[in-house]
Amino acid sequence: TPDPLITEVQPWAQGWGDGVDATPYGLPIRFEGDVVRRNVGWLTADVISSINFTPIHALDGTITPAGCAFERHHSGAIELAKEDYRLMIHGLVDKPLVFTYADLERFPRVNRTYFLECAANTGMEWAGAQLNGAQFTHGMIHNMEYSGVTLRTLLEEAGVKPEGKWIYVEGADASSNGRSIPLEKALDDCLVAFKANGEALRKEHGYPVRLCVPGWEGNMWVKWLRRIEVTENAVESREETSKYTDTLEDGTSRKWTWVMDAKSVVTSPSPQAPIKHGKGPLVITGLAWSGRGAITAVDVSIDGGKTWTEARLAAPGQDKALTRFYLDIEWDGSEMFLQSRATDETGYVQPTKNQLREIRGENSVYHNNCIQTWWVKANGEAENVEVS
Amino acid sequence: EGYGLGREALPEEIAAWNLDVSPDGTGLPVGSGSVEDGEYLFSDNCAVCHGEFAEGVDNWPKLAGGDGTLARKDPVKTVGSYWPYLSTLWDYAHRSMPFGNAQSLSVDETYAIVAYILYSNNLVEDDFVLSNENFLEVEMPNADGFIVDDRETTEYPIFTNRCMENCKESVEITMRAAVLDVTPEEEGGEAAAAEEAPAAEAATEVAAEPAALSADPALVEAGEGVFKKCKACHQVGEGAQNKVGPVLNGLVGRAAGSVEGFKYSKPMSEKGAEGLVWDETTIAEYLKDPKGYIPKNKMSFAGLKKDEDIAAVIAYIEAQSK
Repeated sequence: TPDPLITEVQPWAQGWGDGVDATPYGLPIRFEGDVVRRNVGWLTADVISSINFTPIHALDGTITPAGCAFERHHSGAIELAKEDYRLMIHGLVDKPLVFTYADLERFPRVNRTYFLECAANTGMEWAGAQLNGAQFTHGMIHNMEYSGVTLRTLLEEAGVKPEGKWIYVEGADASSNGRSIPLEKALDDCLVAFKANGEALRKEHGYPVRLCVPGWEGNMWVKWLRRIEVTENAVESREETSKYTDTLEDGTSRKWTWVMDAKSVVTSPSPQAPIKHGKGPLVITGLAWSGRGAITAVDVSIDGGKTWTEARLAAPGQDKALTRFYLDIEWDGSEMFLQSRATDETGYVQPTKNQLREIRGENSVYHNNCIQTWWVKANGEAENVEVS
Repeated sequence: EGYGLGREALPEEIAAWNLDVSPDGTGLPVGSGSVEDGEYLFSDNCAVCHGEFAEGVDNWPKLAGGDGTLARKDPVKTVGSYWPYLSTLWDYAHRSMPFGNAQSLSVDETYAIVAYILYSNNLVEDDFVLSNENFLEVEMPNADGFIVDDRETTEYPIFTNRCMENCKESVEITMRAAVLDVTPEEEGGEAAAAEEAPAAEAATEVAAEPAALSADPALVEAGEGVFKKCKACHQVGEGAQNKVGPVLNGLVGRAAGSVEGFKYSKPMSEKGAEGLVWDETTIAEYLKDPKGYIPKNKMSFAGLKKDEDIAAVIAYIEAQSK
């Protein structure tokens, strides 16, 4: 039968659409209303100090739209105007300085694309498969193109004294979320950013200025950055002792576990993105990243890790940024145990959850970069499972 | 040299923001406070979230207890059991607490509250006075419990095997997310977002008080949602049968381990024989910590953290039993 959508004149093909003044700043069309950040109520005591998740199952490419990029606050997303913004550099420096927002705009600027992953991403999965969806298991991540000034430029402006070995950075919000960063990293690739994906940072991502600490856990990317203190030693503040430390099976804990190791996940098909078209051509896709450099390969298994096929990278892996991969298969309609496995430029291969557990036990909370398994059933629906 | 941008930071400005305190006492201001004063201050400023005895309310952080739990499943990490440095506590309380009213505590008040938290962890006596003078003498139990990240030697050399074929012989499912069923319901964006916000607010408002048992229809409805976590193993209502767990019809008022035809664990049967009867109090205590309340019973459920969830699920079970 002929398709009436083709044979009959449709209203959108006859009348007018919106004028150019209808939406000065646009949002996605209403049909995409389910592509939103979501939180998990039982995770935290209150939404003010909490986290939500990027809908990675519904996105493609590598750049995360700011409007659905996950948020993590320790005392809520504050409103800080550019006019009220001050950045102080002090401590072991030749000249303690205060910058206004306008000052920062006058330093030479760079553009860099980096992923930001919360150390707790996939943290709820240590003890077993728990949350049913890539958004919930892997959605504490986003990837943006930042514009800003290198931290090195600002530190050199103040002049770091030889005794300075660390910096301590804090935000302007009530939590302050202070973190110590080795000076070597600060001078290497950290950015003081004020734009993301071409536009001003969103309030929830630290407007007007945030710190970027490429490849390292998201908690260090201090938002509403207001103070940089050059110190001789780490301050050992709350966020680097009582939190963001990883307890091993014998009860000792690792501290200063900053780097995010290579990791990947199939975003579709997945529990929130089931196969609806039956057997035949199927696009398997997902994301891979490494805090230690560029992704060099991603392998996909449909049999739970017995055999692997190298996937196609949409573009060559970029340093500390998300990489999109695709594997185009002819699905025979039988169930699959779908996995992906990333390799980075150091030769590191993403481990299984059991490999991680053998070394760390189940209490680490943070830095779970294990291989994820989706059980895709014959009807196309998928479930988060663990396999032997 | 440089770009000549920015201006020199004034000493008063640096002093206003440079509040961090380091393990060696750098940054610690002169002052003192007693456990005795700290108890009142803690009650007024902290107990709403952290509990009168620093034991933690609802999902808010516990600040006391947990001694010796770091090597077991689900360790309890508190100031006493986990925090390596006292400076961290002083700094955080002074700079970032109370939640929603940061930087409102004076230096002496902070010393007093820190002293009280030490006392609640049995680390000092009740007549103890903490000051900048004796600050470094306080020994933190887990001070030696940390090592610097060692992944470079313990993990990186091992995680290099990129096997492509015949990597394992068999693949069996060992765990499924559907069993726990804790994933939030997925609905249309706007509707879901609008629904979620008020629920979260309500939860924090009532968190401080145990919810009362009642046949409130809203509570029963909320309980239906909570019961999803139980459903994989338990049935309730018309035609309910024993499954992995016993049928829950008539739960309130019956003796523990008393459902005919269900094979209970030994500890559960013993509890029943000892006279444990399920009422709203005992059910609530059990659901809060199933393994703690009746050790080695066979219900493999982590428990419900929120009092209002427990009250709701009991109301639902009661309503379904009628």
